[in-house]
Amino acid sequence: MFAAFGLFPLLYTAFVSLYRVELQAPGDMEWRGLGNYTALLGDEYFWVALRNTFTIGVLSTVPQLVTALGLAHLLNYRMRGRTFLRTAVLLPYATSVAAATLVFAQLFGRDFGLINYALGLVGIDPVDWQNDTVASQIAVSTVVIWRWTGYNALIYLAGMQSIPDELYEAAAMDGASRWRQFFHVTLPGLRPTILFTVVVSTIGATQLFGEPLLLEGSISGGISHQYQTLGLYMYEQGWGFFHLGRAAAIAWVMFLLIVVLVGLNALIARRRSRKEARR
Amino acid sequence: MTALVRPARSGPSRAGRTLHAGPFAYTILIVAVLFSAFPFYWTIVAASRSNADLAKVPPALLPGRHLMRNFEAVLEEADIGKALLNSLLVSGSITLGTVLCCTLAGFAFAKLRFRGRGALLAVTVGTMMIPPQLGVIPLFMLIAELGWVNQLQSVILPGLVSAFGVFFMRQYLVQSLPDELIEAARVDGASTARIFWSIVVPIARPGMAVLGLLTFMAAWNDFFWPVVALSSSEPTVQVALRQLGGGYVHDQSVIMAGTLLGTLPVLLVFGLLGRQIVGGIMQGAVKG
Repeated sequence: MFAAFGLFPLLYTAFVSLYRVELQAPGDMEWRGLGNYTALLGDEYFWVALRNTFTIGVLSTVPQLVTALGLAHLLNYRMRGRTFLRTAVLLPYATSVAAATLVFAQLFGRDFGLINYALGLVGIDPVDWQNDTVASQIAVSTVVIWRWTGYNALIYLAGMQSIPDELYEAAAMDGASRWRQFFHVTLPGLRPTILFTVVVSTIGATQLFGEPLLLEGSISGGISHQYQTLGLYMYEQGWGFFHLGRAAAIAWVMFLLIVVLVGLNALIARRRSRKEARR
Repeated sequence: MTALVRPARSGPSRAGRTLHAGPFAYTILIVAVLFSAFPFYWTIVAASRSNADLAKVPPALLPGRHLMRNFEAVLEEADIGKALLNSLLVSGSITLGTVLCCTLAGFAFAKLRFRGRGALLAVTVGTMMIPPQLGVIPLFMLIAELGWVNQLQSVILPGLVSAFGVFFMRQYLVQSLPDELIEAARVDGASTARIFWSIVVPIARPGMAVLGLLTFMAAWNDFFWPVVALSSSEPTVQVALRQLGGGYVHDQSVIMAGTLLGTLPVLLVFGLLGRQIVGGIMQGAVKG
């Protein structure tokens, strides 16, 4: 039963990606071999989408996880209203991609957006958050960062609470400051959790779809595809231009990308822990 | 097993690290909370203003008086009423189905011996890694073949069981359901079905509640598959929001009113049960 849900779509999508299949008549399939893949490699927008997926992925994942780590450290203190604070940082997680993106699209508006107004107060010229490549990618990343930082902070917090107290006591006895405790006890103890969040965020970033779709509602990710991700490119090919076979090929490229990225993460993690063991 | 529904509390034994927060920590956290909350506040402000108000410089920062008018406009233009009803139906069915199916499957994986159990569990957990984009094409071809495109069952049926839920319930039951209890029931002649209803379900209830909450929020907020499978005539709230943002309506304040309506139900759930959600996420993370 579960093989049906997991393995079957994987193989069937690979199968579809070798055919010409159109959305209007999904039953009629015409053999194309690797034609969908070679067409993809020859499409400049595929490369644009691949590059955008990568840059938006880095722009959204890195600040998100670093901030989450800092927040988790603070949330782990003894303080008043701790439960309230923990719940409040998770609040953005309760919204949908659609709702969050629509609100941010408004905040990032070029002429009347609040963000440009605030920038104007400190003397910065209005930024074109929709058409400028870097700015639009920052805008997309901001939505991702806003929605997921609190969630990741809670995951780090859970990881921090499972680090044995004796380690902190020993470090404190050796005269380690708070900062040194954070770097030499907390961070190494959190390594598996950090790897987990890096993997999950990488997978999430590879699939980014709703945020670039709704920033201004176009399926091409901006006039010059400046913030179109692979997920959106797949949707455009499959449900915008009706090429399901082509969309299946893109889905498989996304899957391979995830496998490579996750493998790379695991490799780096293993190498680092081996290096540490040798020390 | 209250630990699953409540965040673990650090007691006096954690003396090594229970540092008290200083003014610095409070300041940063309060700033973080303001950042988290501001877009919600802004949604309310924008939804209660007229479009002309929003195009003013400096922009309005306090709520205005147009909330009801904007709500009426959004009900009329995007049929948000129908979308809300659809979303409620879809999320409700998915939540019920997931909680039931995943408790059953989780129980089987946790306590029943059968051939290939380990391998099946590994496959189940493995599917969590596969991007939804891969499942979408076969699924779409299937519902096209069945003539279900643009019908709610195309969104409900695939959501009735989730790999995460199975894994979550398995972990919960491995810890909280003692083998002796099941053995004793067996000695008394209870069937497996009887054991499930009279012993497993009552014990699993707190875990089922957390899974139900997380599932409801995820189902309500799901975007990709509903956008593919449904269209404007039978939308969920997220599909309707996509249409609002897709240029059918140009009135920013009406878009924000729709966003507010679409977010309110899940915010309500979060407001009432946020603590349990926090606990569920933290517990799931430690186990994952």
